[in-house]
Amino acid sequence: MGLKSRQRTKVKRQKVNTMLIINNLKASIGGKSILKGITLQIKPGEIHAIMGPNGSGKSTLAAVLAGREFVEVTEGTVTYNGKNLLDMPPEDRAKEGIFLGFQYPIEIPGVSMVNFMKTAVNEHRKHNGLAPLSASDFLKMMREKKEMVEIDSKLANRSVNEGFSGGEKKKNEIFQMAMLEPKLAILDETDSGLDIDALRVVANGVNKLKKPDNSFIVITHYQRLLDFIVPDVVHVLYDGRIVKTAGKELALELEEKGYDWIKKEVENNIPV
Amino acid sequence: MEKDQDKILSDVTSGEYKYGFYSDIEMEKIPKGLSEDVVRIISAKKNEPEWLLEFRLKSYRHWLTMKMPTWPNLKIPPINYQEIIFYAAPVERPKLNSIDDIDPELRKTFDKLGIPLTEQKHLAGVAVDAVIDSVSVKTTFKETLAEMGIIFCSFSDAVKEYPDLVKRYMGSVVPYTDNFFATLNSAVFSDGSFCYIPKGVRCPMELSTYFRINSANTGQFERTLLIADEESYVSYLEGCTAPSRDENQLHAAIVEIVAEKNAEVKYSTVQNWYPGNKEGKGGVFNFVTKRGMCKGENSKISWTQIETGSAITWKYPSCILRGDNSTGEFYSVAVTNNYQQADTGTKMTHIGKNTKSTIVSKGISAGHGQNSYRGLVKVLKNATNARNYSQCDSLLLGDKCGAHTFPYLEVDNQTAIVEHEATTSKIGEDQIFYCNQRGISTEDAIGLIVNGYAREVLNKLPMEFAVEAQKLLQISLEGSVG
Repeated sequence: MGLKSRQRTKVKRQKVNTMLIINNLKASIGGKSILKGITLQIKPGEIHAIMGPNGSGKSTLAAVLAGREFVEVTEGTVTYNGKNLLDMPPEDRAKEGIFLGFQYPIEIPGVSMVNFMKTAVNEHRKHNGLAPLSASDFLKMMREKKEMVEIDSKLANRSVNEGFSGGEKKKNEIFQMAMLEPKLAILDETDSGLDIDALRVVANGVNKLKKPDNSFIVITHYQRLLDFIVPDVVHVLYDGRIVKTAGKELALELEEKGYDWIKKEVENNIPV
Repeated sequence: MEKDQDKILSDVTSGEYKYGFYSDIEMEKIPKGLSEDVVRIISAKKNEPEWLLEFRLKSYRHWLTMKMPTWPNLKIPPINYQEIIFYAAPVERPKLNSIDDIDPELRKTFDKLGIPLTEQKHLAGVAVDAVIDSVSVKTTFKETLAEMGIIFCSFSDAVKEYPDLVKRYMGSVVPYTDNFFATLNSAVFSDGSFCYIPKGVRCPMELSTYFRINSANTGQFERTLLIADEESYVSYLEGCTAPSRDENQLHAAIVEIVAEKNAEVKYSTVQNWYPGNKEGKGGVFNFVTKRGMCKGENSKISWTQIETGSAITWKYPSCILRGDNSTGEFYSVAVTNNYQQADTGTKMTHIGKNTKSTIVSKGISAGHGQNSYRGLVKVLKNATNARNYSQCDSLLLGDKCGAHTFPYLEVDNQTAIVEHEATTSKIGEDQIFYCNQRGISTEDAIGLIVNGYAREVLNKLPMEFAVEAQKLLQISLEGSVG
């Protein structure tokens, strides 16, 4: 095969392989424009970090991808594995392999983690044409994942997030991610409120779950988490737009110079 | 038991009220309306002894002097008692010893409802007394229970075969003058269950009664009497269904329980009467007087009630704690969806010394449902060391429903400790979305959350009922979150 045809084949394979294609996405909440034209592509096996100051639209982007109704998409497209993501209800997006690690995980008193996870896991399995797990197989799976993400046994035996500390809630998100094995995991400020040890545990969990066929969007305000979860690409979100995209060094540069540096560059219309 | 579960599971597959079918059986009905003549006809049809006819007539005459109470938090359309048929029984056939002599149409009805009339002893483990439109048709396991001296038969049979027992206890817990609907019941009660557990006997199986209202415009006026003699134990299950009707149907039953010294009775109900349609038309009026007397020392009576049906529910399963050290318990989950209404709760009356009562009431309101908890904890002057714990929780789904609480505490003894807790909560959109994001549909999420909320009460049910209750809760709330 000649060099040119090999290159052409490579380009074609890349296009087919792109897991998530966001094109000029605009979204509002209560009539107020938050996302003002996001364009982004994620391939399998990649970790993308999205950083930005408060109010830049990071969580809104996560909400749009997960399918929260109160966010209104006003323009643009989101294609996930070739399908129109915006047309799918949230539970279908989940079953297709999208997972959102919530910034503020909600409590559901009276619903045990076991019951909750068993229902979720079996719904995913049903969607993929698999038989539901037997009770003993499920408990075995829970034990394995608990160990993998170093989550305390006690946590898994309680009601969903009830009485959990902030750190425990975040660890519980990672535990659920381990149980559901998503293709695209969106972690919305998973590091906020965590001490360095909890951070390490969370990061370890993510790193253990990383595979060539799954991807992560790590939304974070601080660079600290990215010491442990090393991104392939870093985007900076400011005022609803991605204003800068680069490799992992960008995170360090941000840490050094602060968000004011980005704000100044944007205001002065310096191409970033 | 297996068949019970099958029935429940087949229910679950659709949100439609599955019991909306009729039995095309010959029904022997008397003309509609209520009068002294009607009372005599009822008594005559059942070949009742003179003393029972007198009881009925006494009650009827007293009823004429009474007015329907207006204090509940309910909107009840006026009831025309002259439009109701007070007696409907399947045509009697000469009794034979085998099950096969039951009217085949009737048998088909029972099969549809999944009642294990056939004696599958090791499968079911449940003795069933099936009541269809006012008459107990068949009692299973009679022989097995008879060996232990346990009596479990229809009320009508008990009147004939154990008149002394009936005379001794009937009306001792709910006197014929007690309240408007109890008095009505005392005049026109048709049939129900009678159960007697002898001294020292622990009933080895759950006893169950299965109700059904069939013909149009018939009221159901069952009467149940359950006696647990000293040192005995029984767990009793009551499950109800009714077919779809446009006209409201009156259900004014009486349940009396007597627990002698050291005896324990667990009485569980899963009530699924037709609740009316989405516009609030039709549905059963469930006005029941249920009361247990903890007569002897250390006796215990527990009520576990799951109410998902009926257009209007008005009942207060209660305990009179007469014996020293006696215990009364009330666990309840009541659902009101669409235009259902409920004014329900319990009355715990502490009379003896060191008595204890526990109340856990979980109300769930959805649609335009109005759910009221009304509870009375009464500690009499000489009731030393009484203890009560009450917890009444309300869960609201949506913003058009209502939850109301009317707790009454009347404490006349200084040594009493009475605790009351109440919470009100709603199912948040955030909780639903969290489930959605894990791949769980909104309907399933509500089922999970509601069952989690009601779990404390559901755990009190015998296993076979717990499954039905969980499914019923989920079905009864379908379409309630928009």
